[in-house]
Amino acid sequence: MSPALLVVLPVLLPVIGSLVGLAARRNVRVQRIANVTASFALLAVAVELIRRTAGGEVLVARLGDWPAPVAITFVADVTSAIMVLLNALVAAAAAIYALGGIDRRREEAGYHPLILGLFTSVSGAFLTADLFNLYVWFEVMLMSSFVLLALGGSRPQLEGAIKYVTLSLVGSTLFLAGIGLTYSMLGTLNMAHLAERLAEAGEPERFTPVAAVLLVAFLIKAAAFPFFAWLPASYHTPPPVISAVFAGLLTKVGVYVVIRFTALMFPAGNPDADVIHELIIWIAGFTMVTGVLAAAAQGEVRRILSFHIISQIGYMLMGVGIAGAALAEAAAAEAAGDAARADALRSAGTLAMTGAVFYVLHHIVVKANLFLVAGIIERRCGSGELARIGGLSSTHPRLAILFMVPALSLAGIPILSGFWSKFVLVRAGLAAEAYVIIAVSLAVSVMTLFSMMKIWTGAFWKPAPEPGDPKAVTPEAIERGEREATGPIGWMEAGSVFLATVTIAIGVLAGPAIALAERGSAQLVDGGAYADAALDRRADDDEETATAAIALDAAPAPAGGAP
Amino acid sequence: MHLALAVVVGLVYAAGLYMMLRRSIVKLLIGLALLGHGSNLLIFTTAGLRRDSPPLVPPDADQLEVIHTDPLPPALILTAIVISFAIVGYAAVLVKRVFEVAGDDLDTLRTSES
Repeated sequence: MSPALLVVLPVLLPVIGSLVGLAARRNVRVQRIANVTASFALLAVAVELIRRTAGGEVLVARLGDWPAPVAITFVADVTSAIMVLLNALVAAAAAIYALGGIDRRREEAGYHPLILGLFTSVSGAFLTADLFNLYVWFEVMLMSSFVLLALGGSRPQLEGAIKYVTLSLVGSTLFLAGIGLTYSMLGTLNMAHLAERLAEAGEPERFTPVAAVLLVAFLIKAAAFPFFAWLPASYHTPPPVISAVFAGLLTKVGVYVVIRFTALMFPAGNPDADVIHELIIWIAGFTMVTGVLAAAAQGEVRRILSFHIISQIGYMLMGVGIAGAALAEAAAAEAAGDAARADALRSAGTLAMTGAVFYVLHHIVVKANLFLVAGIIERRCGSGELARIGGLSSTHPRLAILFMVPALSLAGIPILSGFWSKFVLVRAGLAAEAYVIIAVSLAVSVMTLFSMMKIWTGAFWKPAPEPGDPKAVTPEAIERGEREATGPIGWMEAGSVFLATVTIAIGVLAGPAIALAERGSAQLVDGGAYADAALDRRADDDEETATAAIALDAAPAPAGGAP
Repeated sequence: MHLALAVVVGLVYAAGLYMMLRRSIVKLLIGLALLGHGSNLLIFTTAGLRRDSPPLVPPDADQLEVIHTDPLPPALILTAIVISFAIVGYAAVLVKRVFEVAGDDLDTLRTSES
């Protein structure tokens, strides 16, 4: 398979599945087959993408075969490939789960084509190397998530949707404004080209306010403090499989973009790198603490989990911040002639970046799975409110195991994936001497365990309310849920078991998984291979492309001028 | 001209934000649309505004030599307009549904958060 095709396929496959589903609008069976086929084909392509990129090769596709940097470029380095793989894993689990786990009305309203539209845009956002194209993928993602969120039109869903739509659109507006300002300053939109223009610019500080506009837009998508209000208002309202996909992927697209953007635009050489990353560390700390404290005050399974997404975003941002700050400090130490300290800080920075990438890797699987399990709980008990349910550990012990795997992993219990991700971050933080934020993160970790135990005692351990209790769910309500569902509960459990297996595999095979994240992080920190691929500078570069690029550079600069 | 447009962009943003901060969901929708227009105008302004120098290659030359207004930002705006049209269209339907079940007051939209 040609590399260009391989890079584009993660976007093409879900689109095709979605179009097939739209064409067969009246035929739910065809839509289901299209969803399952497209999702598993996506998984196969993602595995192949990992296999090809893991050796250090960076795959590239220039759409329309225009020369770089004019073409819209798709680039797959290790980090992008990992992200696409996670997207595919969530897609596959959701496809299995939805065979039993969504109601008929929403399925007939077009659930399958819509969710494939979401996976298309997430793949696109992970692969594109063009800032405006990224905006377009964000909008596609927003559009499909808007419709999925409101699908069915119940009152809580509509209320959640209006808040989600409003805040997301404010974020989009800022993103668009940031793109316009970036282009007028640097005269390009290819992200690697932007990074190079900025590095060559006389006063790179002039770009920092524009970068701040873009970072605010990304942090809104990532649900970081103080921009997270849209998430807990909306994530618990749609059917569980939809909120699982949202919880797994949407905010992480924001985090991925923050990682990519700061790595490219604020490398160690930028005079404002330390300020930006210091700020990210602060934001990370507040995100972690507010998320976990708010979660402790909730009484419904999916609302607790929603707030935990926010708190976990803090961990990923912490990794990004520590990495950038340590690398900037390493550059300063080197300039001061302290080579030993520079080396130590540089390796700490790279390790922190590894931690951030690995944390995203672990978190997407675990968080999507927890929402899937919450969906099974809601179907078994007719409600997700802890006061109204209980007794699951004796009536459904298998479900208890299914909950325990991701819950303990989220809290960071050893040998599960969450332990390793926190371990890497803490080690990097200690090496980079970021003691305060590490202490905060460990305290938050204990609070996370507390929340998981709260769900455990509420839903599994304590007895269910007596049938006469006004709080208890009536058997009729549970039966109604059963009648509306598309299929047996076995499919839902199968989807959840699939992700639980992945979590255990990441925990047991932590060595290779961390090594993969390490390679991704090394590429992010170095940036050379990504830039060469995105700007088409290969050893076997043909003359024609090179001259085309030069002619373009010679064209009159836009009136705004580069700084 | 730059200054005039800069002021207009600021006014459009301000009007959009003001509308979004009202309690009415219909005004919220208008505010969102205005913010989108503000961003489009901003990109338009940053492209630089020049009279009488279109980015056209003269018949006897093979490269563009005049200092011109960059044609790419208008192309970006075109894409952004198409996207924001779709999204405002969707938001209008959503607002209509919310209006039907809950009325025009944003403060009543709290049942999902208690």
